Amino acid sequence: MTTHAVNDTSVLLGRSIKHVTRSLDTIITVTIMPIAFLLLFRYVFGGAIQAGTDNYVNYLMPGILLIAIASGVSYTGFRLFNDMRNGIFERFNSMPIARSSVLWGHVLTSLVSNGISAVVIVGTGLIIGFRSSAGVLAWLAVTGILALFTLALTWLAVLAGLTASTPDGASAFSYPLVFLPFVSSAFVPTATMPGPVRAFAENQPVTSIVDSIRALLDRQPVGGDIWIALAWCAGVCVVAYALALIAYRRRIS
Amino acid sequence: MEHAIEVRALRKSYGKLEVLKGVDLEVERGSIVALLGSNGAGKTTVVRILGTLLKPDAGTASVNGFDVVAEPARVRASISLTGQFAAVDEILTGRENLVLIAKLRRVPKPQAVAVGLLARFGLTDAGGRPVSTYSGGMRRRLDIAMSLIGDPPVIFLDEPTTGLDPEARLDVWKVIQELAGGGTTVLLTTQYLDEAEKLADRIAILHEGTIIVSGTLAELRGLLPPAKVEYVERQPTLEEIFLATVGRKESR
Repeated sequence: MTTHAVNDTSVLLGRSIKHVTRSLDTIITVTIMPIAFLLLFRYVFGGAIQAGTDNYVNYLMPGILLIAIASGVSYTGFRLFNDMRNGIFERFNSMPIARSSVLWGHVLTSLVSNGISAVVIVGTGLIIGFRSSAGVLAWLAVTGILALFTLALTWLAVLAGLTASTPDGASAFSYPLVFLPFVSSAFVPTATMPGPVRAFAENQPVTSIVDSIRALLDRQPVGGDIWIALAWCAGVCVVAYALALIAYRRRIS
Repeated sequence: MEHAIEVRALRKSYGKLEVLKGVDLEVERGSIVALLGSNGAGKTTVVRILGTLLKPDAGTASVNGFDVVAEPARVRASISLTGQFAAVDEILTGRENLVLIAKLRRVPKPQAVAVGLLARFGLTDAGGRPVSTYSGGMRRRLDIAMSLIGDPPVIFLDEPTTGLDPEARLDVWKVIQELAGGGTTVLLTTQYLDEAEKLADRIAILHEGTIIVSGTLAELRGLLPPAKVEYVERQPTLEEIFLATVGRKESR
């Protein structure tokens, strides 16, 4: 059964990747908005923001990547919803294949496509002055955190896709996620915020994730932030995964 | 000999709405059985239970000798379900859709299987185009072609011709007849009386949650008073006129 699951998942991953590559507009929309924010903060707001850093692009980069991922995962919910609406989901579920592969195909596709947009965004960042002296290990750690963050949000997207009743509902869940980095340390230091906002900003997941990635890229000690960041990602991932499986079982029986 | 499909006292409710109130049905191997009923009679519910997509509330159902609740994986390995709406991937091409299913069913030489089916269903020219450009009839033919991959012994077709134009409908009928000729068991649901009459070895009428009549067409006719001879001028049906006027185009 395990070999079946691997075969079936890779076949369905191939299918779903074709969906991504044949609708390049989805990759472009997912990449353009974060790049627009990157340029906006670098060249419009950046001059007025006192972030206590001499390279504001470096400061921005982690938050921009999180925004890209948060908006990118919404397409997973959308694709899953479409599969259910046009009946191909039922076709798969009436076939002798590993049922988990129907979801994992979409989830792995999300990791691949978000990985591509992250690379494009970092590439754009390099053009406008993003620099990092981080070594291979630090980059691996950054990649790992981003992958775990993507996985957690993708399972939320799966949950939304499985339970939504309209295509808009299947992707609308990501709007608050896209907004979350704005009320965090992603663009300005939280110390500048008034009390209650600051309390929220410092205790929501994005701040610890942003601070960890920023420290890794700047070769600074990461401290305890990385554990808080990993705990948030792993926690959201496990809860969303469990809820998605419950929703999936409800859908198919 | 055991039947390809056996259904006993099958019940299913959605909330307070009782859809199936004790359905009994037997389908012999290699035969075509039509489940006839009006919209909302529960035909799709029967098919979905037999296809392991839905669990019954009570009663038993087995397909190819396997119980649908106890051994769903074995049932899935024995069947193909073609739902009411063509379940095809719009973004992939026709060929890619076939290759996808062939790989998932772990059939040897998926590419060759796809080429063969495209030819058999008159889709060779369209095989390289995305399915989103296909007509309703082409989608349905592709849909049925996908269901044949791996030669499952039992095939469920849920309203296979609903929404098709008369020509596409005849194409689908031809395919179904060939299937049964090859020994495949076919359970099809339909709301068209002529379709059941034309295709089915046996007809079961599902009405208000139970099978009220079941038998061959001759047996069903026997339920009515004997035919009287009347002279009626036979006008061509609109379908005959339509087909004669447009001509039977073999490849579209």
